[in-house]
Amino acid sequence: MAYGPKIIDHYENPRNVGNFGKSSEVKDRKDIGVGVVGAPECGDVMQLQIKVNQTTGVIEDAKFKCFGCGSAIASSSLATEWLKGRSIEQAAEIKNTQIVEELSLPPVKIHCSVLAEDAIRAALDDYKTKNGITAPANQAAATH
Amino acid sequence: MTTPTPQLPIYLDHAATTPTDTRVVEAMLPYFTKIYGNPGSRNHSFGWEAEEGVDHARDQVAALIGADPKEIIFTSGSTESNNLAIRGAALMYEKNPAGSSQSRGHIITGTIEHKAVLDPCKRLEKEGFEVTFLEPPADGVFTAEMVKNALRPDTILVTLMWANNEIGTINEIPQIGKLCHEKGIIFHTDATQWVGKMPTDVEKDNIDLMSFSSHKIYGPKGVGALFVRRRKPRVRLVPLSDGGGQERGFRSGTLNVTGIVGLGKACEIAKAQMSDDAARLGTLRKRLEDGVTSQLDHCQINGHREKRLPHITNISFGFVEGESLMMAVKELACSSGSACTSASLEPSYVLKNLGVGDELAHSSLRLSLGRQTTQEQVDYAVAAIVKAVRKLRELSPLYDMHNEGIDLSKVSWAHH
Repeated sequence: MAYGPKIIDHYENPRNVGNFGKSSEVKDRKDIGVGVVGAPECGDVMQLQIKVNQTTGVIEDAKFKCFGCGSAIASSSLATEWLKGRSIEQAAEIKNTQIVEELSLPPVKIHCSVLAEDAIRAALDDYKTKNGITAPANQAAATH
Repeated sequence: MTTPTPQLPIYLDHAATTPTDTRVVEAMLPYFTKIYGNPGSRNHSFGWEAEEGVDHARDQVAALIGADPKEIIFTSGSTESNNLAIRGAALMYEKNPAGSSQSRGHIITGTIEHKAVLDPCKRLEKEGFEVTFLEPPADGVFTAEMVKNALRPDTILVTLMWANNEIGTINEIPQIGKLCHEKGIIFHTDATQWVGKMPTDVEKDNIDLMSFSSHKIYGPKGVGALFVRRRKPRVRLVPLSDGGGQERGFRSGTLNVTGIVGLGKACEIAKAQMSDDAARLGTLRKRLEDGVTSQLDHCQINGHREKRLPHITNISFGFVEGESLMMAVKELACSSGSACTSASLEPSYVLKNLGVGDELAHSSLRLSLGRQTTQEQVDYAVAAIVKAVRKLRELSPLYDMHNEGIDLSKVSWAHH
């Protein structure tokens, strides 16, 4: 697979790798939203964790781990960069097409950006559920 | 690392193809520009000289495998040899003609054969033959017992590879051949990975038909051979193509003289070097496997540990995805295979059939060593693989989950 320089850069120097604790530890932490999407047999599993300032609703930090191809790793790495500093409302506006554009993902790798968008949504939903925030009006179902 | 970095990238894909030996190239060169006659031309010295070159090569090839030179049919390579052997034998020995309501005959092969064996068998199946595709055991080695249990009164052909191209495992070929001879069944083996690497004697090993290739043994690409037994039994084949009747009528077409001369020389060299090569590469392979498995957990060497070729290893790594693994070891030229279906990599049907995919999220590397492989290269490869797998596991949520004691097969994943 011939990848562009931005994918290679994120693959070789992934940003914000890690987590804010084991899944059992962050399960009950209300300031942490966790999203895990994909499946091992599909070759992609993304785990995204966001740490939100509960007063301001701003994402202060984001961490990821990814089992997947170079594009999947790059997409989730980029997602963490974009999430930091955004409010949870602004974070929900990140679209997979923006990731495709930024990384110049080849057509066969579009699904990696979709997975990254799913991971963002899942992490936001987890945070909202934990904090009793009602689901947003824009319930764009991520079906594909 | 204390050792100097070898020149990159490092070629560790000798089971795919090998560089042509310079001695082979030297032997071939005169046949392009000086001895360019058609060996089929009987009326002048140009033809006679070319024929002499082919005859000499035929002797060299026959000597490597313990055959009579008359039993060597030159082809374009193993794929053609396999097709000619399987299709040619099936059509020659069919029990009932095409269009008959009964089976045309029964053929036995294995599910982890090369595509050049599987696909001709599948085509014959569509055309009225019945084919048994034997499942391998977990260690990948087919035994005579397994073949015996699959035999039927109408079995006409058994075709099983000598050594597997992905994992290097060695099947019980002499014993299977003996069984076939006792039952009067034609026995073909795809010996592409075996011939020139391991001692071969078509008499003692009870082979009727054997395919092999030049470019796997440091000869040129585009040439190979099919051994066709001439006595006890005298094997006959329906040819795939009609024409000038070269190669005893089995394979029409002007002979690829330069390629054949190259194959001959490659066989001569292989015969002389085989035992030294095997010993040296076996030692290097052990160094490679020990280096990787001593530093990484959750990795598995696929296939039987002893019954396999000395220069091939196939290692699976848990919790690491295939394409990113290939990216991470980009300075190593090797083959990858995943047992699971992923968007980025074709799964390996060989590993899948061995049950390697039963554990989730494995990917594998096939590394195959050759005459030019050095210890420095192997040490570099070990360090590169260990570094790559560690890096990817650092990134892998699955490795974390596993280490937290979560059973990945019990997680309900969101499937796409």
